[in-house]
Amino acid sequence: MTGTDIDTGNATGRADTVPLLETEGLTVRYHRGRRRPALTAVHGVGLTVGRGETVALVGESGSGKSSVGNAVLGLTPVDSGSIRFDGEDITRADPRRRRALTAQIQAVFQDPYGSLNPVRTIGQSLVEPLLAHRRPDAGAPRDQVAAALERVGLPAGAADRYPAHFSGGQRQRIAIARALIVRPRLIVCDEPTSALDLSIQAQVINLLNRVQRDLGVSYLFITHDLALIRHIAHRVVVLYGGHVMEAGPTEQVCDRPRHPYAQALLAAAPVPDPEEQAVRRSGRPSRGTAGAGAGSAGPAVGCPFAPRCPYAAEPCRRIRPPLESVDGGQLACLRYPEIAEPSAVRGPGSRQPEEIPHADARPLP
Amino acid sequence: MTAIITSPETVQETGPAAPAPGRPWRGLLRQPLGLLSAGYLLLLVVVAAAGTLLTPRDPEADDLAHTLSGPSGAHWLGTDRLGRDVFSRLMVGSRPTLLGVAEAVLVFVVLGVALGMVAGFAGGRTDRLIARLGDLVLAVPGIIALLMVLAVFPDNNAAAMIAFGLISSPSLLRVVRAVTMAVRNELYVKAARLSGLSTPAILRRHILPRLAGPVIVQVSLFAASAVLAETALSFLGLATPETQGPSWGNMVGEAASVISVDPWLLVPTGGMLVVTVLALGLLGDTVHDLTVGRARGSAVRPVRRPRPAVRTAVAVAAADVAAAVADGAPTEQGAAAPLLSVRGLTIAFPSPEGEVTVVRGVGFDVARGECVGIVGESGCGKTVTARSLVGLLPGGGRVVAGSVAFDGRDLADPAGREVARLRGSRIGLISQEPMSGLDPSFRVGSQLAEVVRRHHRLTRRQSRARALELLALVELPDPASVARSHPHELSGGMAQRVSIALALAGEPDLLIADEPTTALDVTVQAEILNLLRSLRVRTGMAVVLVTHDWGVLADLCERAVVMYAGEVVEQAPVSDLYHAPRHPYTLALLAANPHLAAVGQELPAIPGTVPPPSAWPAGCHFQPRCGYATEECGAGAIPLVTVAGGHQARCIHVDRLEAAR
Ligand SMILES: Nc1ncnc2c1ncn2[C@@H]1O[C@H](COP(=O)(O)OP(=O)(O)O)[C@@H](O)[C@H]1O
Ligand code: SF4
Ligand code: SF4
Ligand SMILES: [Mg+2]
Repeated sequence: MTGTDIDTGNATGRADTVPLLETEGLTVRYHRGRRRPALTAVHGVGLTVGRGETVALVGESGSGKSSVGNAVLGLTPVDSGSIRFDGEDITRADPRRRRALTAQIQAVFQDPYGSLNPVRTIGQSLVEPLLAHRRPDAGAPRDQVAAALERVGLPAGAADRYPAHFSGGQRQRIAIARALIVRPRLIVCDEPTSALDLSIQAQVINLLNRVQRDLGVSYLFITHDLALIRHIAHRVVVLYGGHVMEAGPTEQVCDRPRHPYAQALLAAAPVPDPEEQAVRRSGRPSRGTAGAGAGSAGPAVGCPFAPRCPYAAEPCRRIRPPLESVDGGQLACLRYPEIAEPSAVRGPGSRQPEEIPHADARPLP
Repeated sequence: MTAIITSPETVQETGPAAPAPGRPWRGLLRQPLGLLSAGYLLLLVVVAAAGTLLTPRDPEADDLAHTLSGPSGAHWLGTDRLGRDVFSRLMVGSRPTLLGVAEAVLVFVVLGVALGMVAGFAGGRTDRLIARLGDLVLAVPGIIALLMVLAVFPDNNAAAMIAFGLISSPSLLRVVRAVTMAVRNELYVKAARLSGLSTPAILRRHILPRLAGPVIVQVSLFAASAVLAETALSFLGLATPETQGPSWGNMVGEAASVISVDPWLLVPTGGMLVVTVLALGLLGDTVHDLTVGRARGSAVRPVRRPRPAVRTAVAVAAADVAAAVADGAPTEQGAAAPLLSVRGLTIAFPSPEGEVTVVRGVGFDVARGECVGIVGESGCGKTVTARSLVGLLPGGGRVVAGSVAFDGRDLADPAGREVARLRGSRIGLISQEPMSGLDPSFRVGSQLAEVVRRHHRLTRRQSRARALELLALVELPDPASVARSHPHELSGGMAQRVSIALALAGEPDLLIADEPTTALDVTVQAEILNLLRSLRVRTGMAVVLVTHDWGVLADLCERAVVMYAGEVVEQAPVSDLYHAPRHPYTLALLAANPHLAAVGQELPAIPGTVPPPSAWPAGCHFQPRCGYATEECGAGAIPLVTVAGGHQARCIHVDRLEAAR
């Protein structure tokens, strides 16, 4: 891989035709000892992430979001299907190739406390990627560490301190600095802000957006928070029980979700306005989706969401809905044409819809 | 809204650098016994290495005129059967003993650490194979193995001690394997792998440093047993016979043979053995204490370390509390007496630098049937406030001032008897972690029945029936089957329902819920919120809800108390708070909510972080992060003032805030 195209991400000729990341029929299975059957956490998921693009992977806990991320990172073996990075099949890359790939694919995790070794200084942790990937043009490691810290808004002196000196938000910024130090092209962000307070979450989200503007890096952004997605993602993929339920541009999925599960997710998140929340509450079924969570294996046949779906009908329990292209996105629901447009479900943004510029107002590089 | 800007921040805390957490040996210096042991062992090594260079007399020179003399000026520890100087012989005799121990330790460490690390890091089949092998070796009776080795290599001390190290190494292997496995699963090891570090580099940088402590402990204990083993073999004449020069073992042997004539001869050698074994044990203990404390420190989320500013903070607090107490809280004239009334509540935790005030002068009321939310960022004192209401302060925290009146009775009373009686019956508590209130080894139904019986005089059968009623009350679809399950069989949402049922067992008038839905998915959260609402309607209980989620607050609460850095900064009906916040912190926190922020622009963040209690600024606690701050804000404590009916704010620039909107 040439070093020159890393900074801009889309300078190569094939950039226009080949997405940076592409999974096809990705299936991940966890083996759970001899007695219990293997658990299929991800069923044939296909998604793409373009250069300089952010794609959000959203769903409840146990829906397979992190499994997809870990498969891309090579932390979880892939059962079937493929993962292509910049056109290269990396599904079963050997450990050597994997180590080389870490210069281009990086990660930021949810837990800001666990991701830094408590007995190593910040500098010692940040320098690790540089030990593995020397970038001769980039100057002394110490300067690179200082520059990386500065990029995330921390003083260079932070390098000599231990993680215990920093708050959760600061540690998360340090984790981002570590991910950026080798100038990767893709960062898998696994719920990077869900352990943080709102005010700090805002700092981290702004930082990620700024980094993307400056460096053209792509994000696979894993989250359960639909409201947050509007502020970071260009496109959204909704997972349930390891299946893609709906995918499409952010404003489509977040404001006018068409899949019953995406609608339920949106309706469940309370909005911070007592009057509006009272209206939303009266509109939502009091005990609609109780019972099995997304973590259970789900039915072997039919729609995985059928046991919780308020629209479920007889065919839903027999036929697995295929993921079909509908205008501007993809949808896996047998009854989609019959289900009324989601006028009953009002998105959080519906307070003053005319004032809110949509995510696609952000230029795609 | 221009007031709220994102800006790079400085590392806010700049106290003296805390001791590097990486080096247990630093701590050793503060442990006199451990230090003494280490010094003694070091001296022993020097003596053994020096051999005859340091001995006051020739250890082999016999003096038949003075055999078996007791201690004297010439012979400090007396002489032996041939009149040789015991002191010199002890010094020289330490060499074969220590050499033997060193050989055994080397084999012990190399095998134990290498195989333990491989087993722990590789896992799977390799791990099983190595573990099996270790078990096999441990099954061999030690003494028989040593005798066999000595039968093959007669009088060979080295062979015996190497064999001893080998047969003991599985115990170290197990320890190393366990530590390696634990560290391997740490997120930072995953991060290192994703940084591109190779496995050897990860082992060297992340695993080995964590092994140092446990390995030193194991080695000290093993070395002690090796000292004894070496001595025993030599004593039995199986290794290092007298012809090869003195050793502690053959000296003990000699002393034993003349014990009826001269019991003294056993004292110096025996004493030496005891002291050496003791020193090794003490050293191991000390390192164990140091590293265990450290390991705990890193496993648990760090409680922010109090810093030197503490004393001033406490002094300021003391001065301000009076004012804060006077501020009190809204008692609307003419309203019925509230169910819960908190006034001037001040809570402190012990710290190495003295007590630190973490909550100061908090006051609010909760009417019967009302739901009051406590909002704010983490570390602002929400949990501490809520837990103090039920007398469950963690870690030695105590209420140092103020009052908590529940239905006319004072709960903050130091004897705490009143709280204990009311807790669980008239005040229920549910926490963020649904499983925390459940014992994993008992069925849900019997645990619930147990709690029911604690509150009501009921027979076994009646309490069972009541438990099922409670499970039905929290809308679990199949109460009977839930009652039969163990806690681990429940999903997060079901477990939270069960813990709500537990809290309801005493039919409380007040339910305290600390972030009851934070750990749950949004869909499950919506169900739990619905449940709490319907329970309020059905039972008429009041709720104090701790949350950081404005949506949850809007969904459930009528009134809210906003806390920042240990103080109430604003309180108002939720609707007023949302539409017309009067404190810059409330405004900023609302603005940062992704639901409300405009898409396509920067999210309005609050720069910096909540200061730890030991670093509260003088004057307004929010001043360093506040976009409206002026010089006056730092001058002194800011009072909580009423800005409208039932609406209070702790800000001297309320008017400017209003004008800006
Ligand atoms: N066991 C403890 N020992 C010492 N300090 C504590 C302890 N528990 C909490 N604190 C301190 O009290 C303050 C308030 O904590 P907490 O009530 O947990 O805030 P919140 O609920 O808003 O997250 C924090 O600064 C924290 O460091
Ligand atoms: S296919 Fe049927 S069960 Fe599945 S989401 Fe659509 S309507 Fe619901
Ligand atoms: S008193 Fe001053 S610093 Fe404090 S919130 Fe008001 S304006 Fe800001
Ligand atoms: Mg808390």
